[in-house]
Amino acid sequence: MASLPPSPFDRDRRNRRTLVAMAAVGLSMLGLGFASVPLYRIFCEQTGFGGTTMRAAANVQVQQATGHTMSIRFDSNVQPGMPWQFYPEHRTDTVTIGRKDMAIFIAKNMSDKPVTGTASFNVTPTQAGAYFTKIQCFCFTQQTLKPGEEVRMPVLYYVDPKILQDPDNKDTQQITLSYTFYPVEQDGKPS
Amino acid sequence: MTTITADHHLDHAHDHHDADHKPAFFQRWFMSTNHKDIGTLYLIFAIIAGIIGGAISGLMRAELAHPGIQYLQTWANIQHSLLGVEPASLDQAYHLWNALITAHGLIMVFFMVMPAMIGGFGNWFVPIMIGAPDMAFPRMNNVSFWLLIPAFALLLGSAFVPGGTGYGAGTGWTVYAPLSTSGSAGPAVDMAILSLHIAGASSILGAINFITTILNMRAPGMTLHKMPLFVWSVLVTAFLLLLALPVLAAAITMLLTDRNFGTTFYDAAGGGDPELYQHLFWFFGHPEVYIMILPGFGIVSQIISTFSRKPVFGYLGMAYAMVAIGVVGFVVWAHHMFTTGMSVNVKMYFTAATMVIAVPTGIKIFSWIATIWGGSISFKTPMVWALGFIFLFTVGGVTGVVLANGGVDDVLHDTYYVVAHFHYVLSLGAVFGLFAGFYYWFPKMSGKMYNEFLGHLHFWVFFAGVNLLFFPMHFLGLSGMPRRYPDYPAAFEKWNSVATHGYEIMAAGMGIFFINLIWSLAAGKKAEGNPWGEGATTLEWTLTSPPPFHQFETLPVIDDTAHH
Repeated sequence: MASLPPSPFDRDRRNRRTLVAMAAVGLSMLGLGFASVPLYRIFCEQTGFGGTTMRAAANVQVQQATGHTMSIRFDSNVQPGMPWQFYPEHRTDTVTIGRKDMAIFIAKNMSDKPVTGTASFNVTPTQAGAYFTKIQCFCFTQQTLKPGEEVRMPVLYYVDPKILQDPDNKDTQQITLSYTFYPVEQDGKPS
Repeated sequence: MTTITADHHLDHAHDHHDADHKPAFFQRWFMSTNHKDIGTLYLIFAIIAGIIGGAISGLMRAELAHPGIQYLQTWANIQHSLLGVEPASLDQAYHLWNALITAHGLIMVFFMVMPAMIGGFGNWFVPIMIGAPDMAFPRMNNVSFWLLIPAFALLLGSAFVPGGTGYGAGTGWTVYAPLSTSGSAGPAVDMAILSLHIAGASSILGAINFITTILNMRAPGMTLHKMPLFVWSVLVTAFLLLLALPVLAAAITMLLTDRNFGTTFYDAAGGGDPELYQHLFWFFGHPEVYIMILPGFGIVSQIISTFSRKPVFGYLGMAYAMVAIGVVGFVVWAHHMFTTGMSVNVKMYFTAATMVIAVPTGIKIFSWIATIWGGSISFKTPMVWALGFIFLFTVGGVTGVVLANGGVDDVLHDTYYVVAHFHYVLSLGAVFGLFAGFYYWFPKMSGKMYNEFLGHLHFWVFFAGVNLLFFPMHFLGLSGMPRRYPDYPAAFEKWNSVATHGYEIMAAGMGIFFINLIWSLAAGKKAEGNPWGEGATTLEWTLTSPPPFHQFETLPVIDDTAHH
């Protein structure tokens, strides 16, 4: 049976309630849009998505005697306009999968002012990101170089032996680790 | 059969004055809170925007008719002389090309298809079809429409301010970073982004209005499962708008701060990620394509049922197929980003999820065919447009299934195959749905009958034109011709010139449409309340044509045995 039409007063109240609920839905999607910035970063850090490298503590124990090696290539970039020279000591290295290894990068401040920078990083092929683990890296912190100062900066890393079991990485023979230095202002904001 | 106990009193002279009293011109059209008048405004707006967006594609087809640069340099010089600056360099002429493709895409999506489908037909017929006197929030409805005007003005105005290499926003409708951030200095891209903000706000307000109207304003007995499928399609569309557009707003707000306030959300040199923008954009962008097509599904369902004189086959399946398309549409977005570098597993997921959408879509296609099957069919103009819709949308859907394969997309990404695909579902799918709806409801909206011969002629000329225009693009794409360039190797000339001739035929078809429109408004036969006969069972056909200014002041009661 058809029910009676709701009174206009009732309908106005229900309309307003729906309006508020729907506006809340819209606003939460807006919030989710902005929240996706940290969420995406956390997602990438957890899963290695898009070639994001992993991080491990200094005392980490990994199985070393895998008998497999991996070629590592080092790539270095500086944001245009930043007065630094930045390059790896060796362009390539061959490491035993599972063994910790150290690479040295050299940075020099070419200007007559102190400059603080930090580096963004990732690896290709992107599916290797989940297995490329850094224990120590200059990219974890900001670096300040005095005018003309040159520093040697270490990266302590290993390739996780689990990469040998990953079918997506069965063709991976070389991993390229790339850094891009960009300047930061002293309050931590990028300039 | 529907039992209606409303508005019979309208036939009596003493009540007629109240229900059909119209305010004066300025108040009626500029301060309108009447859903039918606002719907009319939306339709006029969409027609104007469609003429502009269509003219831009005409410019592009003229340039693409032959290899080499024919007209682009001249147009760029005209643009520059209008602005009083020195003649354009070749790079600035190329930038004008980018501005043209951007404007065409944004205008057709945000200022033609969406205002016509949702603002135009949605406003006109959702309240009537559910037996409501008006939208839930009539004044908010007015705000929704009038926000579109400054949005459109900002977008058009952006063509005349610096946008990087040349004048205008040359980012493509996707506004990808870093081209849209560090790659496009000058205010043009800021204006385009603000235009999207305002158009988005307009659509979100409209979506909330539709949801509230459909959930709360239905006449007694009009349960959700008795609503016409067009109302269902607008309900699903409104939810998609409400969930997707705020994400776009957030994404492009961060573009603005990256451009103007030194943030680095999308800049790797600063800890951001340009790929995040693509994820956010397509989280909006994929539901957006369903926003454009779902109301078309609804319109076609009404028309097929009316002119087959049968209720829609599998009504509930049809309604929930649209819900399913809406839900699954939110978890397939990265199939637009197959070439950004993803693992095989991620590609497999997005390939499989995308193909799942073919299932509810197939349910709809086959249900339409089953509705026609054994029906008493009359091939009136709206019906031939609806049949054209089913055929052409299926063609576009099939190429969509091809492109859904991550491996295939590696080859076809950003080629003309993609252009052919999305024009088959939008320019041929959504637009055929729009024309079908326009001819179907024109007698109801205007009170005049359109010319049946001109309607059929429009269909056949337009059908031939758009197929000649877009089908060769499949071949061009398969041969590797990339999108978004004003020039191409001579080997691609044959199909490009065919496509340009197709555009000319399509434009002639549009000429027939406008002749029909003007002729029918001026001299069309007076339309009855229900010109379509017993197949037209929805509530709008129980009213006069055009409907009284205020309908259903006494709510109609829908019988329990009523058919949807």
